[in-house]
Amino acid sequence: MISMTTPPNQEMHEGLVADGGQDELLEIALGPHHPSTHGVFRMDVVLDGERVVKLKPVFGYLHRNHEKIAESASYLASMPYTDRLDYICSLTNNWAYALAVEKLAGLQVPERAEYIRVITAELTRLVNHTATIGFLTQEMGASGTPLMYAFREREKILDLFESLTGSRMMCNYMRFGGCRVELPAGWLEQTKKVVKDFPRFLDEYEQLLTGNEIFMARAQGVGVLKKDLAINAGITGPMLRASGVNYDIRKVDKYGIYDRFDFKIPLGEHGDVYDRYMVRMLEMRESLKILNQALRDLPQGPIMDPKAKIRGFRPKPGESYGRIEAPKGELGFYLISDGSPNPFRYRVRPPSLINLTVLEDMCRGYSIADTIVIFGTVDIVLGEVDR
Amino acid sequence: MLEEIKVRLETSVPGCSPEIILNGSPSGQHSLLLDSAHAVEAATFLRDDAELRLDYCSNVTGVDWLPTETSPGYLEAVFHLYSMEKKHGPVVLRLRTENRTDRVHLPSLTPVWRSAEFQEREIFDLYGIIFDGHPDLRRILMWDEFEDHPMRKDYVEPDDYEYEPTAHDDVLTKAKQHAIRQPQ
Repeated sequence: MISMTTPPNQEMHEGLVADGGQDELLEIALGPHHPSTHGVFRMDVVLDGERVVKLKPVFGYLHRNHEKIAESASYLASMPYTDRLDYICSLTNNWAYALAVEKLAGLQVPERAEYIRVITAELTRLVNHTATIGFLTQEMGASGTPLMYAFREREKILDLFESLTGSRMMCNYMRFGGCRVELPAGWLEQTKKVVKDFPRFLDEYEQLLTGNEIFMARAQGVGVLKKDLAINAGITGPMLRASGVNYDIRKVDKYGIYDRFDFKIPLGEHGDVYDRYMVRMLEMRESLKILNQALRDLPQGPIMDPKAKIRGFRPKPGESYGRIEAPKGELGFYLISDGSPNPFRYRVRPPSLINLTVLEDMCRGYSIADTIVIFGTVDIVLGEVDR
Repeated sequence: MLEEIKVRLETSVPGCSPEIILNGSPSGQHSLLLDSAHAVEAATFLRDDAELRLDYCSNVTGVDWLPTETSPGYLEAVFHLYSMEKKHGPVVLRLRTENRTDRVHLPSLTPVWRSAEFQEREIFDLYGIIFDGHPDLRRILMWDEFEDHPMRKDYVEPDDYEYEPTAHDDVLTKAKQHAIRQPQ
């Protein structure tokens, strides 16, 4: 590419001139600072002209061995650290970890705490999906507007998180056997207002994007992921459901109290970029349904299991695997206890990392510009991929 | 359910003798220990059997068990399987290496479930289990030149101390050890 300031008579540097031969393949490293700044992620791609022939993701730029650190700390000490995995959705991370420990130690969660967990988790899903779709449109070249619309709404929910937990993003709110603090005064009314106003934003957003000709041209039929491959490669979350597989852990495991709510699982037909966008859009509407029901039915009562121990917490030897439907997919925690205050084994099953397994299969044959868009619909956060 | 699977594996995969490992926690997630020689065959059976259809391998991870008085210790790979078609699970599989030093090979289950691809690479990287039959076994989180396996229980951090003008607490301990190892 010749920049505007290059004098027209100046020759290009030799290294930049491709001789355009038939078998000329170009190998370049996309990243670690570009792939549309989802974080420090690198793709080593082999290109034939603009087409991707091979693509190998390279990880580890943000690796800090979260698991090792957690194994040398007490169970509770890792709770704030889980916020830093997928830092957009800290509350669902908290829930997954709390769920695994509750399974390990056999703790019961009071009903009110379960409701609060559902409310915060579904709000987190709204935060995640608005942000993801905002970034996706940004990657298609719609600089600014859709992303800023999304962030405007996201900020309203983050305000709710701040007044509840003290922090916008690093919430550290859940505890083994319940939640940390009671809802502050007026929080419910404020939340109800945000939930009531949210569909207006969704309508506006959809009007802007869903039928948009450029968006459809860039998204439809691009980056198709077949059903069988999606299952075999362990893809989860909206990406799996966009490929038409009806698998949502909220329905399958019915963890917490998800069996009490009436909601549907949106499914895609083609498994392309457009379906992955649409599934997220529809999922937000279903989350709003859950939120309305949970806010209506929220009971009074304690928010912590009275038998739960904060200090000197030592689960009996054994192991457990707890998983939830996080906004990005199945987030699981695998714990082994040897009876000491620290977990003997602490493992995070990161949906972002495993969803990247099929990145090469989806991108092969498409151009670089499409690759960036396809990568955007995988919806990853590097804090979770690299741990 | 695990008893049933064990019997079915014994009858369908000749020579396979899985062992049930009990789990003492209230989660009640017991697991099935497979022998390396029949692991791929058994995994393929679990995936393709019309009744089980464990088509989704969710979580793959390693565990390091240090030597005790009676055993030389071993490395373990743990697989959590679910069925997307039948919506049941988890079925937990375990594979064990013979020891922690020179016989650390296990068969790769990536040809059966592709979701194991990156996760087995991670185990290789952090625990040092070598998965035979993996299509692309490289380090994934640490850099290629790195030599040790940091998730092992007896891992020792490299002596990478740099000068600190006001060393205190942990850093001071590290500085003293560094001075002993590399006297100026």
